[in-house]
Amino acid sequence: MREKTWFSYYLKSTSGVVGGVLVLIMVVISLLSAFGITPHDPLIQDPVNALQGPSSQYWFGTDQFGRDILSRCMDGMRRSMTVSITAVSIATLVGVFLGVVGGYFGKVLDGFVVRFSDVIFAFPAILLALAIVNSLGNSWIDTSLAIAVVYTPIFIRVARGPVLSVKEMDYVKAVRILGFSTPKVLFSHILPNVLPTIVIQVALSMSWAILTESGLSFLGLGTQPPDASLGLMVSEAQALAAFAWWTLAFPSLFITIAVVGLNLVGDGLRDSLDPARRSS
Amino acid sequence: MITRLLSTVFITRLVSVLTTLFGISIFVFIVLRVIPGDSITGSLGIETGALNPEQIAALKVYYGIDKSLVGQYFSWMGAFLSGDFGFAYSNGVSVLELTKSSLPVTIQLALFGTILGVVMGISVGMFSASKPGSTRDFAGQFFGLLALAIPGFVLSTAIVTIMANVFGYFPNGYEYMAPWEDPWMNFQQMMFPALVLGIAVAAPVMRTTRSALLETVDKDFIRTAYGKGVKHKVVQFKHVLRNSLIPIVTMTGIQFGYLLGGAVITEKIFAMPGMGRQILDAINKREYATVQSSVMIFAIMFVMINLITDIIYRRIDPRIK
Repeated sequence: MREKTWFSYYLKSTSGVVGGVLVLIMVVISLLSAFGITPHDPLIQDPVNALQGPSSQYWFGTDQFGRDILSRCMDGMRRSMTVSITAVSIATLVGVFLGVVGGYFGKVLDGFVVRFSDVIFAFPAILLALAIVNSLGNSWIDTSLAIAVVYTPIFIRVARGPVLSVKEMDYVKAVRILGFSTPKVLFSHILPNVLPTIVIQVALSMSWAILTESGLSFLGLGTQPPDASLGLMVSEAQALAAFAWWTLAFPSLFITIAVVGLNLVGDGLRDSLDPARRSS
Repeated sequence: MITRLLSTVFITRLVSVLTTLFGISIFVFIVLRVIPGDSITGSLGIETGALNPEQIAALKVYYGIDKSLVGQYFSWMGAFLSGDFGFAYSNGVSVLELTKSSLPVTIQLALFGTILGVVMGISVGMFSASKPGSTRDFAGQFFGLLALAIPGFVLSTAIVTIMANVFGYFPNGYEYMAPWEDPWMNFQQMMFPALVLGIAVAAPVMRTTRSALLETVDKDFIRTAYGKGVKHKVVQFKHVLRNSLIPIVTMTGIQFGYLLGGAVITEKIFAMPGMGRQILDAINKREYATVQSSVMIFAIMFVMINLITDIIYRRIDPRIK
């Protein structure tokens, strides 16, 4: 019942629907590329056809080595999505756990959790990710971990705030008096009330994670050539865009569509999950 | 009584700021030591292999990495607190000297970017909120969304390509000029990176402005103002905007803080010799002292901005005590 209501509200939100479609397109593209279904092999070079404009054979044109840009964009999207999903999953699990536990128990533990998130917040995100990727390595797991560290504090804050107010509510006091165990109170009674805010944050953080990932690969960290990555493609296009606009335009378009889509999904979720906004 | 209360608030604030800064200093110290390679490999690269043990030992003393980790931390912290930020070996100057030239660049860039962003953000936000649900609202929101979604490096690359190749105009190709050396050149060099940063700032400011305005418009005192016969423009600026300022100021403060530290990529693309580039170079060269001290300077600024934002709030809204 509750599920159905939520979804019908979501479908009423234009942002939600448009965003959902855009994200779906990007997910399908990533999945196709994961199964190796791309128009051309993203790695195969074809020097004769280097820097060709968009054509019926190469829809998005070719790069300086004659590689198909559409196929490389698809492959790059897959990498961005993988890193974004992995990083945000880790950040959500760790951040929500720390936030809920810290907010519920308070005192020293909470002080520690809050201080930890303050410390990471005071760091410029890209610099922090940069330093961590530098120390870990360039595999997608390393990039994901670095981005996860950067975004964990957001989830700590998002989860902790509501817990602070919810834990004082009568119904929580009631279940506590009834003798429910602490984990049970935390995860069956408090967490569901914090969930909507977290879900919205997941969508938004995924879009930031895609931006951070492409920023890192733009700087030469993360995905290494010859593998395709959207940030790396933009970086290579710096030298080419003047006479081959497609080398810059299409990877940029892919990043933008994914980020716009995820943001719109976030808006749609906010409109449909927040009872106060439903009336409008 | 009130002064006593204020001072307790102030002391708690101060303690939390200091512990945060302490945490940051430890965090940056550890992250840097985890990075493989050290100052020696950072400056000599593969030639490090040709060194004999005595030379390595001597270099370790030279770079100050011969002591234990705890020793290194305390000697750095002690020096930092007494105003000695260390020595940037590859540049041959002290980190203080380096920062003296790079910090103004970053601050100027962040200021320009924030001003541009706030002007764009508030105007588009007001434009959007003036007729919710209309085409102009849609256009405004679309701008906000694109500004949020197009990465700074894409925008920068596009601007550089178009300006340099189509118009043959690219002031950032010349050596950087400080405003007191050549104000006109400095302005031209600041223009594009500040625009890129400004657009990034405009997006959240626009969204905050729009939602804050829409929320305030519904309040009773606005209806009262209209009822009294106050002109529409006056109500919009003096009543609605003024009462929506708190979230906008908060958002601006946050964004300014981000710009001070987050402009790494923009500084790199536009060849601006700011703090972001200084740290990026230092990380690559494993110049611990430079990275550590620069990050600390960043962190101190960031914390200060939060504090200032807090003070501005209290000015705008006397209800916050």
